[in-house]
Amino acid sequence: MKLLTGNDLASGAVTWWTGDGWSLHVEDAVDVDEHGDAILAVEEAARRVNAPYIIDAVGTPEGPRPAHIKDRVRALGPTVRPDLTLKPADPDAGNWVI
Amino acid sequence: MYKYDQYDQAIVDARVDEFRDQVRRRMAGEITEDQFKPLRLMNGLYLQLHAYMLRVAIPYGTLDSRQMHMLAHIARKYDRDYGHFTTRQNIQYNWIKLEDAGDILADLATVEMHAIQTSGNCIRNISSDQYAGAAADEVADPRPWAELLRQWSTFHPEFSYLPRKFKIAVIASDEDRAAMRLHDIGIQLVERDGKLGAAFYVGGGMGRTPMVAPLIKDFVPIEDFLSYAEACLRVYNRYGRRDNIYKARIKILIHELGADEYRRQVEQEFAHVKSLGIDPPAAELERITAFFAPPAFEAGAADTVDRSDPDFAVWLDQNVKAHKQPGYAIVNISLKPVGGIPGDASSAQIDVMADLAEQYSFDELRVTHAQNIVLPHVAKRDLYAVWQKLVEADLASPNLDLISDIIACPGLDYCSLANARSIPVAQKIAQRFSDLDRQRTLGELKLKISGCINACGHHHAGHIGILGVDRKGTENYQLLLGGSGAEDTSLGKITGPGFDEDGVVDAIERVTDKYLELREGGERFLDTYRRVGFDPFKEAIYG
Repeated sequence: MKLLTGNDLASGAVTWWTGDGWSLHVEDAVDVDEHGDAILAVEEAARRVNAPYIIDAVGTPEGPRPAHIKDRVRALGPTVRPDLTLKPADPDAGNWVI
Repeated sequence: MYKYDQYDQAIVDARVDEFRDQVRRRMAGEITEDQFKPLRLMNGLYLQLHAYMLRVAIPYGTLDSRQMHMLAHIARKYDRDYGHFTTRQNIQYNWIKLEDAGDILADLATVEMHAIQTSGNCIRNISSDQYAGAAADEVADPRPWAELLRQWSTFHPEFSYLPRKFKIAVIASDEDRAAMRLHDIGIQLVERDGKLGAAFYVGGGMGRTPMVAPLIKDFVPIEDFLSYAEACLRVYNRYGRRDNIYKARIKILIHELGADEYRRQVEQEFAHVKSLGIDPPAAELERITAFFAPPAFEAGAADTVDRSDPDFAVWLDQNVKAHKQPGYAIVNISLKPVGGIPGDASSAQIDVMADLAEQYSFDELRVTHAQNIVLPHVAKRDLYAVWQKLVEADLASPNLDLISDIIACPGLDYCSLANARSIPVAQKIAQRFSDLDRQRTLGELKLKISGCINACGHHHAGHIGILGVDRKGTENYQLLLGGSGAEDTSLGKITGPGFDEDGVVDAIERVTDKYLELREGGERFLDTYRRVGFDPFKEAIYG
């Protein structure tokens, strides 16, 4: 599957395309299939996302999992500061990245 | 310390206003990201993995308590309560919002700081010896010359769009504490026949093509200092390759031309540049130098220290260095607690260090390229009080230059260029060798980790270096041995196939075990490696 990701223009936060908007959580991301470039162009022009790009991912029962470790780090947060990730209460969250 | 004059302040204030307007235009959609990106990079604002990252310049690593408190304030107000001190003696904030960038730069400007030229193909922050003005072995204080270079290079119209970024270091001792020969230009102030001059080493660097800078001129009279630097840059600016980013650094130009031909061209250019009169008049040099006059040291200050507290004595032996002034010492504050993140400090810790500088070190601090902090001028009678306050703030790790004093870049946890994480590897190594007696038995051992080939973690210069690479989507770590960023500069050699995260920690332990087995007398790891060569260690690693 293909996901569309980028950063929020004002805050820089990592965001994921949900089909009708942008979410901070990769679990909300949807497969954009071959439509990624078209969505990307519209959303970037409207400044709803900054520096967007398309990535490969695999579907799992817990939601999409980016294929590359770099995008998994982006999705969670720094593995060395669990308190600053999106799942600060989950001590095993970093394992998802690796 | 240097204080801005009206011109310094005016150009920094003007840049704040300019960038604030550029941010406004970007937020309003008046300019695209492609148009905005070079503008934000000129102000040190990157877009990294999780957010914008702001790199703030700390000229030659020197700052006062007011500036250090401001760095804490920015961490607290605009970031997530911490900052990361870098191998270029700067600080980075990892969680900056674009909408706050103008306010941050305005706050920095109130304490004579900025983020200008911390990115882009220009002359970056000038780096120097963290012991400048305090070291007994320096022929002169290098900071006035670093400051002169700062003023010369700031907004230099001819050198704002170089083929590639450009890094300059200035030192004034035979002992190199700034990795001088691994810079585009490394300058060592030297004396000859009682006169001050400068040796110019040009064309060093790390990255994907590491090179040790060759000596281009052994003695440039000090009155020609700027003209010679200008000539070095002009030849590079004219002939440096702009067609290939991987071959654009000056080290490639000099490698391809040969040092002799580059030197010939620089001399030819220098003959012309000298006629332009860019070297400052004596009065201006005196004005700058006066800012770096030695502080009012107390004559006859006690030169003895009570070592009865054993923990204090260990810290004293490891982290405190000799000062040129009797009764004073240089204090190194390690930002490498076992299990911590190399170079990171919380806003509270930054405030503590600022307070200590104000109270005990004539209001001065230094940032080191090894990602530690220095209080350069502490009276020996105050050392115990300083240590107690560092202990309270978790800043008293007695591990300077030991195996746990690891340089590590932010790596894949933060950096969009990285291929592998650096920090977790550093943490695992520090934990494996956490026993301080074991570390001290190993002695000086500089371990440096980079998360990609760009080598921000100086892995080429590590006695033991680690390079993180991406092997089919999996982190893999190559091991290097025998590098040095000191006066005996050398580049590490890759041992062979890489390892996973745990495997590289095991491999390092096999290397240190072999070292202890082979060591003679008081040899450091690097000494033993150079004496016995690569093979015994390779055999120990791979069997």
